[in-house]
Amino acid sequence: MTTPLEIPPAPAIKKDLCLKVFGVGGAGCNAAAFAAQAAFERVDFLAINTDSQALEACSAPAKFVLGSSCTRGLGAGGDPDLGRAAAQEDIEKLRGFCTGADIVFILTGLGGGTGTGAAPVIARLARESGALVLALAALPFEFEGPRRQLQAQIGLQQLKAAADAVICLPNQKIFKLLDDKTSVLEGFRISNSLLTEGLRGICRLLTHTGLINLDFADLCSVTRGRHAASLFATAEASGETRAQQAMEKLLAHPLMDGGQVLTESDSVLISIAGGPDLMMSEINKLMEPIKRQCENAHLIFGAAIDPQFAGRLSVTLIASSRPQPADTAGAAAPAREPGAAGCPPLEFLDPAATERPASRFIAPAPALSDEKKEQLFRGQTGRSRKRSSRLQKELPLEIVFKGRFEKSEPTVRHGEDLDVPTYIRRGVPLN
Amino acid sequence: MFDSASILVGLEIGTSKICVVAGEINAAGALNIIGLGQARSRGVRKGEIADAALAQEDVRNAIVEAEQMANVEIRSVFLGVTGNHVRGFNNHGVHPVVSADREITAEDVQDVIKNAKAINLPADHTVVHAIRQHFHVDDQNGILNPVGMYGARVEVDVHVVHGHVDRLKNPIGVVQGLQLDVDEIVFTGLASALALLSNEQKELGSLVIDLGGGTTNYAVYSDGIIKHTGVLAVGGDHVSNDLAYGLKVPLGRAEELKLAHGSALLDDSAKGQVLSSPGQLGLPAKCVNLEHLHRIMSLRLEETFGLIESELSHLGLLDQLRAGVFLCGGGSRVPGLLQLAGSVFSLPAFLGKTNSISGLKSALDQPEFATAIGLVKFGSMQHKRKPANGFADGLKKTFAEMFKR
Repeated sequence: MTTPLEIPPAPAIKKDLCLKVFGVGGAGCNAAAFAAQAAFERVDFLAINTDSQALEACSAPAKFVLGSSCTRGLGAGGDPDLGRAAAQEDIEKLRGFCTGADIVFILTGLGGGTGTGAAPVIARLARESGALVLALAALPFEFEGPRRQLQAQIGLQQLKAAADAVICLPNQKIFKLLDDKTSVLEGFRISNSLLTEGLRGICRLLTHTGLINLDFADLCSVTRGRHAASLFATAEASGETRAQQAMEKLLAHPLMDGGQVLTESDSVLISIAGGPDLMMSEINKLMEPIKRQCENAHLIFGAAIDPQFAGRLSVTLIASSRPQPADTAGAAAPAREPGAAGCPPLEFLDPAATERPASRFIAPAPALSDEKKEQLFRGQTGRSRKRSSRLQKELPLEIVFKGRFEKSEPTVRHGEDLDVPTYIRRGVPLN
Repeated sequence: MFDSASILVGLEIGTSKICVVAGEINAAGALNIIGLGQARSRGVRKGEIADAALAQEDVRNAIVEAEQMANVEIRSVFLGVTGNHVRGFNNHGVHPVVSADREITAEDVQDVIKNAKAINLPADHTVVHAIRQHFHVDDQNGILNPVGMYGARVEVDVHVVHGHVDRLKNPIGVVQGLQLDVDEIVFTGLASALALLSNEQKELGSLVIDLGGGTTNYAVYSDGIIKHTGVLAVGGDHVSNDLAYGLKVPLGRAEELKLAHGSALLDDSAKGQVLSSPGQLGLPAKCVNLEHLHRIMSLRLEETFGLIESELSHLGLLDQLRAGVFLCGGGSRVPGLLQLAGSVFSLPAFLGKTNSISGLKSALDQPEFATAIGLVKFGSMQHKRKPANGFADGLKKTFAEMFKR
C-alpha cells in the first residue's frame, strides 16, 4: 500500500495547507459569502447553488451554477433528489474544484434541495480526491415544518457517511439569542456568523501549530460516529479578566444550553489560542470549570500561541454527546485512522451507503416525536446486514418516559439521569 | 399549662409524608416525646415544594393532629430541609490570636468560625449549617475547645451545609403561611443522624442513610464529629416509578405492589411466580411477574447505595465506619434492605433506633419519624446550648409569678 509513504511529509503540510470552503445551496452560499468577507487567510471560497438568480445576488468571490441543464438554473425546489441529480450532472467539474485541496469545508443548510442533495455528493468527491472533509451544517428552524426537518435528518445521515466530520448548528437554538424585535435578516446574520466563527476556530486549530497541538485526527475523534451531532462554541475575550470573560461567554453560548451540553457530552475538544502573554493560570481557570462539568468525558485539549492574539484569548469548544458503545469505539477508530493521515479509507465510501435514494425511507407519521422518528430511520438504515457491518453500529434509542419526574428537575449524577429506571440504564432485560 | 419555651416541635415536609413530632423538656432537662402528627404529602417532589397550597394544607393537618395528641398549642417549629440543591463539604478557617498574652478568647473562636464560613459558595446559595469539627492551635491538632488555651494562631475545620436561597425559602414560606414561626432550619440528613446515633456510635464511625420518598439523605460521623453529609434526589418515588414503567402498571398500583411484595434482594423463590391483582374500579386485572418486580427494585436500591458508597470511598471515609450503617426513613422498611446495604458497603447494617429519647413508643419505633425526632433533638440541644437565655427566662418567670401573688 502507498499509505506509509504519504505519512512523512505531514509537518510540511501543516505549513501551507490548501483550504477550500464550499457553500452549497442557498444557506450555504450566504454563509460562505459572509465568511469570505471575514477575511480568512489562505482560504478559497466557492459558492455552489442550483438557483442562478440567488447565486447572482450572492457576494461570494467565486460562484458555480450547479446542474444548469437539469434544473435550468431555477433551483432544486426543495427536492433533495433534484439537488443530487444536479450534482451528479456536474460531477466532473466539482471534482475539478476539489483537486489540490488538503482540507475542504462544506457550509450548507440542510432541509432544502441543493444543500441536502448535493452536499453529500460533494463531500464524497472531495474525499475521493484526497482531501479531508469537514461539513458545517445548519439545521432548519422548527417553524419550517416537519418535512424539512425530516429531509434535514436524512441529509445529515448521508453527510455523516460521506464527510470525515460533521458539525451541526440547529437554527432553532439561535432563538435564544434573539429578542422579539430582531429582524429576519439579523436572525440569519447571526446564524451565518455562528457558522463563520466555528469555521474560523477550526481553521485556526488546523493551520496553527500549537504548544499543545491539536490536529484533524483529534477533531475527528471527537466528531465522528456519534448519534447526536457535534456542537461547537467559540468565545473571545480580552483584558485583565479575559479568562473568566471567555468562560462566561462560552457557557452563555446558545448552543451550550447553559453548560448542560458539557455534562451530557462524552467527548470534548477545547482549543485555546492566545498571545505570548497567555498565562498558565488562565488556562487553568478556563479548564477547571470545563473539567468539573464533564467529569466522564474524554477531554482533548490544545493551546496555541499566536502573536496576533496579544492581549486577547479565544476558546473553541467542540462537544459530542451520547455515549458510544465501547466495542464500536474500539473497532471503528483504528479503521478510520488513515483518513486522518491523508488517505481516504475507501471501504467507507460504499456508494450504496452514501447514495441511498430517499425513496427507501418510509416517512413516519408526523404526529410522532422527533426521537421516535429518528429511531424509525435508524431501523430502516440498519436493514442491510452487509452494510451495517461496515458502518459504525448505533444503539437503538429507547424512549423513556420519566413518569412523575417528567416535569421536575432531572437528578443527574456523573452524567447519568437517575430519573430513568436503573434497569433501563444498565440494559438489564426483563423477559 | 406548659411553658411554650419547653415545647419543641420538629416538622419534616417529606415527599410522601409530613411528620410532626412534639417534644417536651421535663424538669430534669430530658427530652420526652408527647405528640405526633402525620399527613400524606401531595405537594412535594424530590423533597422540595412543588405545590405550595397543597403542601400548606397537608402541613396544617399534621400540625393539628400533633397539637391534639400533645394537648399543646404549637407556635414554632424546627423545620427539616432537603433537596437536590443541598450540599455538604468541609472547609478550613484560620485566625491569628491578637491579644497580648496570646490567650484564646471566645471572640477568637467566633472569628475563626466566621472565617471558615466565608467560602466561595455559588452566588445564590446560603449556609444552612456550619458545624465545627476540630480546632488546631498552632501545630497542635484535634482540640475540641480552644478557649483559654495559648497560641499564636487558631484554625478550625468546619463542615458546611449549604443550599439554594430561594429553594430553602419555599418550605419556610409554607410554614409561615400557617402563622407558625420557624425556629431554625435543619438539614434532614443531620437530623436523622442526631436521632439515631449514640455518642459511642458517633465516636466509632457511622453512616446514617435516610431513605425518603423523594430524596435519600446521608450523614457520616466519625471520631465523634460530622465528616460528611449529602443528598441524592432519588427515593421511594423512583422505585415506584421504575415499577410502574417496568411492569406497565399505573403508579398507584406500582406503589401498592412495592409495599405488599417489594424486596431489595433477588432470590430464587420469586422465580416464575406471578402475582395477579384483581381488577378494581377503573383498573383492569393484571398479572405481574414477581421476579421482575424484585429485580427492578433491587437494581434501583443497589444503585442508590452504590452511589453513596462510591462517594464515600472517594472521600476515604469508608474505612472510618466501624459502627456500621444505620438506615431510617420509609424506604428502610423494604424487606432485605439491610442485607443489601451490608453487601454494598461491606459493613454491618442496622435499622436505626431512636433509643436515646424517651416518650411515645409508637413514634420511636417507626423509622419514618426518625428525622422529625431528630429535629426535636436538635431543638433540645439548641435549648441546652443557651443556658443564659433559659436562666433569664426562668428569672422572668419567677418575677412574673411574684407579681401575680
